[in-house]
Amino acid sequence: MEATGVTAGGKPVTFPQYLLLNAKRFASRPAMRIKDYGIWQTWSWAEQRDEIRDFALGLKAMGLAEGERIAIVGSNRPRLYWAFCAAQSLKAIPVPVYADSVAEEMAYVLHHAGVRFAVVQDQEQVDKIQSVATDIPGLSEIIFDEPRGLRDYERDHLHDFSDIQQRGREIAAANTSAISDWEAGIRASDGTETSAILYTSGTTGRSKGVMLTAAASVKAAEDTAKFDNMTEQDEVLAYLPLAWVGDHYLNYAQGYVAGLCMSCPESPETVAQNLREIGPSFYFAPPRVFEGLLTSVMIRMEDASSWKKWLFTHYLGVAKAYGEKILEGRPVPLSGRISYWIGDKLIYGPLRNVLGFTRIRTAYTAGEAIGPDLFSFFRSLGINLKQLYGQTEAFLYVTAQKDGDVRPDTVGPAAPDVEIRIADNGEVQFRSPGMFAGYYGDEEKTRETMTPDGWVMTGDAGIFDAQGHLKIIDRAKDVGKLTTGALYAPKYIENKLKFFPNIKEAVAFGDGRDFVAVFLNIDLTAVGNWAERNNISYGSYQELAGLPQVYEMMTNHINQVNRDLAAEPMMAGAQIKRFLVLHKELDADDGELTRTQKVRRSFLAERYGPLIEALYDGSPEKYIETEMTFEDGRKGIIRATVKVADAKVQPVSNAMPEAAE
Amino acid sequence: MNARVQHVELHAEDDGLNPGDVMLNVENVSLSFGGVKAIADISFDIRKGEIRAIIGPNGAGKTSMLNVINGFYHPQEGVITFRGEARSRMRPYEAAASGIARTFQNVALFKGMSTLDNIMSGRTLKMNRNFFWQVLNVGPARNEEIEHRLKVEEIIDFLEIQHIRKTPVGKLPYGLQKRVELGRALAMEPDLLLLDEPMAGMNLEEKEDMSRFILDVNSQMGTTIALIEHDMGVVMDISDRVVVLDYGRKIGDGPPDEVKNNQDVIDAYLGVSH
Repeated sequence: MEATGVTAGGKPVTFPQYLLLNAKRFASRPAMRIKDYGIWQTWSWAEQRDEIRDFALGLKAMGLAEGERIAIVGSNRPRLYWAFCAAQSLKAIPVPVYADSVAEEMAYVLHHAGVRFAVVQDQEQVDKIQSVATDIPGLSEIIFDEPRGLRDYERDHLHDFSDIQQRGREIAAANTSAISDWEAGIRASDGTETSAILYTSGTTGRSKGVMLTAAASVKAAEDTAKFDNMTEQDEVLAYLPLAWVGDHYLNYAQGYVAGLCMSCPESPETVAQNLREIGPSFYFAPPRVFEGLLTSVMIRMEDASSWKKWLFTHYLGVAKAYGEKILEGRPVPLSGRISYWIGDKLIYGPLRNVLGFTRIRTAYTAGEAIGPDLFSFFRSLGINLKQLYGQTEAFLYVTAQKDGDVRPDTVGPAAPDVEIRIADNGEVQFRSPGMFAGYYGDEEKTRETMTPDGWVMTGDAGIFDAQGHLKIIDRAKDVGKLTTGALYAPKYIENKLKFFPNIKEAVAFGDGRDFVAVFLNIDLTAVGNWAERNNISYGSYQELAGLPQVYEMMTNHINQVNRDLAAEPMMAGAQIKRFLVLHKELDADDGELTRTQKVRRSFLAERYGPLIEALYDGSPEKYIETEMTFEDGRKGIIRATVKVADAKVQPVSNAMPEAAE
Repeated sequence: MNARVQHVELHAEDDGLNPGDVMLNVENVSLSFGGVKAIADISFDIRKGEIRAIIGPNGAGKTSMLNVINGFYHPQEGVITFRGEARSRMRPYEAAASGIARTFQNVALFKGMSTLDNIMSGRTLKMNRNFFWQVLNVGPARNEEIEHRLKVEEIIDFLEIQHIRKTPVGKLPYGLQKRVELGRALAMEPDLLLLDEPMAGMNLEEKEDMSRFILDVNSQMGTTIALIEHDMGVVMDISDRVVVLDYGRKIGDGPPDEVKNNQDVIDAYLGVSH
């Protein structure tokens, strides 16, 4: 690699250094695309460098100084990405902010970060920021990308992005050394400066500003780009929120390091179409996006002709049998290979094309547990979907699955150069190259998150399986112990149960008890369908939930989960011993779920106290009266005698892989 | 707006009028169908650069008035002067050619055609090459098509309907169809845009969006707008002057605040005991 770093022969240690390098080594290769006026516009690396340079020189002339924070607000637009690099080239610190945050949240972040400059997308963001201007006394200059609707605004402190660039060009024209000075400034960096402050989304309390150091960020991105063999031939579509660590890492950081081409969608509504047009080779989406894709495919197949439906079902079966094996290079009989090849021509290929997945080499999902069937569906179509586990504090990667060594229930081994340890309370802790330097302006929080010996606490509880793959089981604070001393992770058990289509909700109990017991909610659509097919009549949800056949079905599901649990030495002690099927659906109107459909455990414990006791005192059934709220807001009493059933607990010594079949 | 494609400005033609000059003048116009008098002796004017609202209860003659302005109906009496030229019998296509575009109360789009094609159809009058050239799709006709497509893309961008560019409009929800219809009218780059209930049947959010678009069309493209609307809140918010009709007569004319306090207008809307 060519010398651009601080010492001759050194590798780049900042993103602007990579910009200069890429503008040389990939000068005419595409760096950035956006669909504008219906046509894909492209900038090469050399052109991108010029755009960034013009903007940087303009910013410098406006007085943006080293170490100063500059906010970036908006959706995925080339100019906003350029603002990152332009700021970094002046050793200023970009602070991306979620474009959809409400004015107060934005004011908090902008004020907390102490920004004087903000680069924003459009009138909406300008209005938002100006509406809370009194809360951000430090903010003086706003630069906008899209002038629409801003014509009549006071322009004293409001600037058009292209005007700033124009100013930069004028400076370069007037002073011949301006450009070389700018480049020299970039080259002089040793990478110890802060390269960005990413604010956490703040689901728990105020958002915190995670400071990332330039050299550490570059190192982390180099590691993972190498891990997934990313090159300048790769293409990504940048559609995730600009302020989120995933977008900043996967698109910006890896993009600069690998020299790949980043494409921006035409508008947030056109992402699916743009995905198909670009055909990225690297793709990231949270599980719910994949779930949505699968649903849309299935719904459209419902409307297809019966012949097409048959083809689809048949070849989906073939894919299920051989697809993943072929993807992972495991042995497959010749007949299977031939069937899969035909299926690929008829179904999988066209389907991948419709989804925009034709050229995907690597796809990742993360953020929450993904259903094994869902995960296998995409893999069996020949899409190399993998899981990773990451955090803003790690500059994303903590673990990642290797090609060919992928399982639905783990998040993979430690990513390159990452060290992981499990604390005594089950909490996952790590040390990584991209590790953050601290929370901006919050020493105390930093100390709370870092152990004295320099490990970062994730707040997640996890276990390593026999192959050294990490499994995230729950939030560390929710993990408890049974009286037997066995580790008990409620969410882990509940997720396993909820992956069965017949089970809509599950609530596990066990902390400080002798064994694990669960409440189940059946899925009315799935179980109702099943009842219809089997000529089982029922009058209400309550009746259906209490049917012996349904209990039998649930027993089978739980036995299956117990077999899975038994196969895992760490979790085998916490198998489900008793369960009941609730007589009513858990509902946010009754306060049993939060509005985001999360179970409110403590509330349930109080409301259904008698049922919980019935689970543990061995009684076969229990009468209960519960108040419930109807959809029109009236309240009523629902009375039921709920049966409690036993499940089969697997002996731990049976923990052979076969037992899990 | 990262325009690498040459950004084409859409704007009303320069017709020598300054903002505030009278663009269209309606003088003592009457229109009747048989014995029914739809419009009785109405006079008002539309000035360049303003947003002029025509309001009134059902059957007040608002749509008839719009039809008279754009040449669909021919009034029995009265004179309409457009840019200083009085005209008597004008056909709708002549009105269109002279820079008047409109949308309809009930969406009147080509349901089977895509959004793009529908808006493209608004450029028909601006095409120089005839049908046969266009069928051949070579040389000049092709270049012309590209040029027009650029303008259409500008409108698509302006109205934020990129995601439905290729969707047949029949499949779109009503609010979006209305937006496409506005797009088709804008494709004519009109000097005077007539909107017949642009917000009918919309929810609050769609109304807000549409108001924003109407204001932007007015301020950025310099298009003069005359609109019929039932939603009083919207009318009072976005229009510069309001004319109120009731049973074919004019009962009020002036800035929104003035009209709001006009006793005749209040009576017409709230009813009055006789």
